[in-house]
Amino acid sequence: MMLLDMITTVPFWAAVLRVATPLIFGTLGVLLCERAGVLNLGIEGLMVVGAFAGWFAVYLGLPLWGGVAAAAVAAAAFGYLHAFFTVRLALSQHVAGLGLTMLTTALSYYAYRVAFPKVNTPPTIQPFAAMDWLPIPVLQQQTPLTLFALALVPLLGYGLYRTPAGLALRMAGESPQAVESQGISVARVRTSAIVLGSALMGVAGAFLTLAAFNAFFFNMVNGRGWVCVALVVFAGWRPGKALLGALLFGFFDALQLRLQQTDSGFLPYQVYLMLPYVLSIAALIVASRRATAPQALMKPYIPGER
Amino acid sequence: MRLEARSPVGLIDVLRAGALAALAVLAVAALLVAAAGAPVGRTFGLLLGGAFGSVFALSETLTRAIPLMLTGLAATVAFKARLFNIGAEGQLYAGAIAAVAVGGGAVHGPAPLLFAAMVLASVLAGGVLLLGPALMKLWWHVDEVVSTLLLNFIVLLAVGALLDGPMKDAGALGWPQSVALPADLELSKLVAQTRLHTGLLWSVGAAVALWLLLRFTTLGFDIRALGANARAAVYAGVPVTRTMVCVALLSGGLAGLAGVIEVAGRTSYVTLDLSPGYGYTGIVIAMLAGLHPLAVVGASVLVAGVLVGADSMSRSVGVPSYLADVVVASAMLAVLSASMLTRYRLRFDRPVSQASAQAPS
Repeated sequence: MMLLDMITTVPFWAAVLRVATPLIFGTLGVLLCERAGVLNLGIEGLMVVGAFAGWFAVYLGLPLWGGVAAAAVAAAAFGYLHAFFTVRLALSQHVAGLGLTMLTTALSYYAYRVAFPKVNTPPTIQPFAAMDWLPIPVLQQQTPLTLFALALVPLLGYGLYRTPAGLALRMAGESPQAVESQGISVARVRTSAIVLGSALMGVAGAFLTLAAFNAFFFNMVNGRGWVCVALVVFAGWRPGKALLGALLFGFFDALQLRLQQTDSGFLPYQVYLMLPYVLSIAALIVASRRATAPQALMKPYIPGER
Repeated sequence: MRLEARSPVGLIDVLRAGALAALAVLAVAALLVAAAGAPVGRTFGLLLGGAFGSVFALSETLTRAIPLMLTGLAATVAFKARLFNIGAEGQLYAGAIAAVAVGGGAVHGPAPLLFAAMVLASVLAGGVLLLGPALMKLWWHVDEVVSTLLLNFIVLLAVGALLDGPMKDAGALGWPQSVALPADLELSKLVAQTRLHTGLLWSVGAAVALWLLLRFTTLGFDIRALGANARAAVYAGVPVTRTMVCVALLSGGLAGLAGVIEVAGRTSYVTLDLSPGYGYTGIVIAMLAGLHPLAVVGASVLVAGVLVGADSMSRSVGVPSYLADVVVASAMLAVLSASMLTRYRLRFDRPVSQASAQAPS
C-alpha cells in the first residue's frame, strides 16, 4: 500500500521530528506560563523575535549556541513585559498577549529592515549540522536542538512535579491564595514562569532560522505559535502529552507534505496545507470537552481582592 | 509591588493618563527612528503630513479607515459580550469572496437587487464563520481565541485555492485574482479625484447603529450583561445561547461587511493581499476606543492616519513602514496600562495587614 510505504521510511520519521521540534519548545513554553495561571498569546510574536535575534546574532559572528542564547534572552525580555502587563497590572491576558505578538512581530520586522534596507534575498548563515555521529537512525538526521528539546520534556516534568519550585508554580495556577499563605509571592512565581516560558518560545523560533532554514523570512512562523496554544489544551497541560501532541502534529504535517508531492493536480495544494490547522481545531474540540485547565488560568491575582 | 484601588477617579486623572500613554508611545517611536539613523522631528513631520497634511492625504487616511472601522466594530460587539473573536481577518476574506461569488457575474438581476444580495451574502458569510467557534465555546468550552485564530489560516488557504481554481479570473495573466465586480455594483466615489468612496457612510452608519443597539435595545442589554457578569446574566434571565448567536452573527457580519465594502469600494476584485491585517488591527481599535462604538470612528481614523502616514514617510526618508505597526501595538498596550493605572495605583510596599502583623504591639 502506498500510504504505508510512505510512512515507514526513515526520511519520513526524520521529517516528523524536524517539524515537531519547534512545537515541543513552544508547547512547553506555553505550558509553563499556563500552569502558573497566565495565558501567553505573545508566543507567535516571541517566536518571530527568537527567529530574528538568533539568526542575527549568528550573522554578527556569535557561535550557533550563542544565537540560541540570544533568542532566549530576547524573548525572555519581552516575556518580562508580558508579566508586567498581566501580573502586575492585571490587564486582560488575551488582549495583552495579542498586543505583545503585534508589537514584537513589528519590532522584529522593523529591526530586520533597518539592518538590511535593500536586500531581496535574505543573507544566510551556516546552520546547525545533523548529528551524523549518533548511531540512532532517525535521530541521526536531527540537529542538537532536537535532542535538547527531547531532553527538556522529562527535565521540565521533573521540575514541575518533583521540586518545591514546581509545586509553587502549579499552585500559583490552581490556587494563588494558597501560595501567598505560604509566604511565597504569587507575582514573583508567575513572573518567573512567564519569563522562562517565553525564553523557550524564543528558542522555538530560533530553531527555524538556525536549524530548519538558514535565513530569516517574513511570515516564517506562520501560525506555529497558535498551534502550540492549541496543543497545550490537547495535552491536558502535561509535559509528556505535550511531546505526544507535537509529534502527532509533526506526523500529520509531514504526511500532508508527502501527499501533496504525490498528488497530480487532483486537489489544490492549499487543501493539504489546511490539514494541520483543521486537525488542531479537531484536537481542541476533543480535548476541551474533558479539559481540566488550571483553576486560576486567566484570573489575575490582586492581594486583598476576591 | 501591588495594585491598590483609587477612588474617586477624576477627569484630571484620565487626561493625565492619556497624555502619559501618548508620551510613552512617542518615546518608543522616536527611539526607533533614531536607531534607523533618520532625523526624528522631520520623520514625525512627514508622517503627520502624509496622514492629514493635504486633501489627498486626508482622503487616503479616510479610505483606509473604512475597513478598520468595520473590523473595529466587529471586535467591539464581540468583546462586549466577552466573545474574543480574533477571526475578523478570515471573516473579512469570507465576506469578500462571497461578494464576488454573488456579484461577479454568476447571478443576474437588476443592479440594486443584486447589490443587496451581494451585501447580504457577505454579511452572512462572515457571521456564519464565527458561529462555529461561538457555539463550540458554548457547548464544549473550546477557547474561541485559538479556534478563530486557526480558522484565519484555513480561510486564507481556502481563498487562495478558490483564486487559483474555480474563482480565478482567466484574463488575469496567471495572478491569483478573482473576476472584477461590474461597474454598477461598485460604490461611488465620495470625493472626485480621490479613492474615498461611500463606504465611509456605511461604516459610520454601522457605528451609530451598533451604538443604538447596544444602548437602547433588549439585545444590547443582554450583550452587555453577558460580558459584565455571565453568571449574573443567567440569573437575570438573559437567554445565553440566543444572545451569543446574535453576537457571533453581528461581529462576523460586520467583518464580512468590511470585505464586501473593500471590494465594492476600492479593489473591485479579490486578491490575497486585500487586507494587510485589518482584522487584527480592528482589535487594537476596539481597545483604543474602550469598546465604545462611536469612539471606534475616531480611533480608526487615527490608526489609519498612522498607517498611511508611515507609508508616505517611508518613501521619503527610508524608515521602514513597520514603524506604524509598532506604534499601533504599543499605543494599545500603553492606553490599557494607563487606564488600569487611573483606577488602581501601584504601591511598592507589602500589604498593610502584613506590616501591622509584624509590628510589635
